[in-house]
Amino acid sequence: MTCEDARGLLTAYVDAELDVAHSLEVEKHLETCEACARIVESQEKVRSAIQASGLSYEPPASLDARIESTIPRSAKPAGRPPMSWPWLAAAAAILLALVLLGRLPMSRVPASDTLIAQEVLDSHLRSMMPGHLTDVESSDQHTVKPWFDGKIDFAPSVVDFAADGFPLAGGRVDSISGRTVAALVYRRNKHLINVYIWASSAPNSAPTSAALQGYNLLHWTQGGFAWWMSSDLNAEELAQLGTHLRESASK
Amino acid sequence: MVLTERERFFLVDQNKLARFEFLVMPHRKAAYNLARWLTRNDHDAEDVVQEAFMRAFRFFDGFHGGDSKAWLLTIVRNSCHTWMQQNRKLALEENIGDYESTAPSPEAVVIENVDREALRRAIEELPAEFREAIVLRELEGLSYKEIGAVTGVPVGTVMSRLARARGRLARALGERKAGGLA
Repeated sequence: MTCEDARGLLTAYVDAELDVAHSLEVEKHLETCEACARIVESQEKVRSAIQASGLSYEPPASLDARIESTIPRSAKPAGRPPMSWPWLAAAAAILLALVLLGRLPMSRVPASDTLIAQEVLDSHLRSMMPGHLTDVESSDQHTVKPWFDGKIDFAPSVVDFAADGFPLAGGRVDSISGRTVAALVYRRNKHLINVYIWASSAPNSAPTSAALQGYNLLHWTQGGFAWWMSSDLNAEELAQLGTHLRESASK
Repeated sequence: MVLTERERFFLVDQNKLARFEFLVMPHRKAAYNLARWLTRNDHDAEDVVQEAFMRAFRFFDGFHGGDSKAWLLTIVRNSCHTWMQQNRKLALEENIGDYESTAPSPEAVVIENVDREALRRAIEELPAEFREAIVLRELEGLSYKEIGAVTGVPVGTVMSRLARARGRLARALGERKAGGLA
């Protein structure tokens, strides 16, 4: 290897960026060429001086907060230290599982209805507390229907579906989103079903189902009324009662 | 099974966040070091790194594997150069002439017992192209190929810049000079 050939490779040699064959050739040349050996020595001295200098700048303490501020963390609870990545990964996995297992059917309910769905469920849970389920406790539709007279400004259709396995348990006046609503209570074996009815100007809509916190909901509008059903009953049987209610209301 | 737009966004967002946290965040020290050497100023370095991370997060969808450190440092380096142009500091830099001889200076200077502060000043006085090559190589340990990717030049240019940068540093710090070499 000539001096001229070697010159172009000396820096790469110093930085160990040459392949073995070229590295050996340069090494061989350096044994006999003092000038090239001197260049290598000069470069290596500078290199090792910088590496040994500890001249890297340490970021100031304020930098982390400034970097954090650039990254959207919508999911992070306020006031908590940033989660490390394994926790974030775990959180994402749990979130996915929640969406897939429970929350998913919620997507079938229009976004504007999700708030009402939550209120319906809240009301349902409230009604399960002792003494809150019914204001008028009767399986007789002819007792329950007149009971609403004067308590709400519409006359809900009240039908007992005991023959279909959904006996009427009673009714009460409740409140959803600030509206006064009629709540009918049905039973299916040991399960209780709340049926909420209120006047609505929305056009008729087909039933949409939702699952929220382990409860099944069913919603539709029909004949100037909004209907919401809530229960811990399975979705299929809840839909059966929904079908009976729609059929009887359309008569 | 269909997720709503909002749920899908939320999930993607969480995955992106977790990946960013894992792949990019560990290199913030290297990001600051490069920015500090290129801007030569604490305050500006912080500004540039913040800006770079903002860009990095925005562009992170376009990062499909590879070396995340080199990827981040590319953004930091570009942010620095944008900053330097805006601050007209690049205009004052000399033209280093990448097309001149790539061979190291024949007047090789071998330095001994380097004073740390003198070395710091000597590096700070290097043109930005030499300075970034030195910082990326000696302080951040990047390969020629990675330095080429970060600074947008061929590997041969990386090598020649390192050679010339070291030559300048050696001369600036030199205690004794080599004899002239033919």
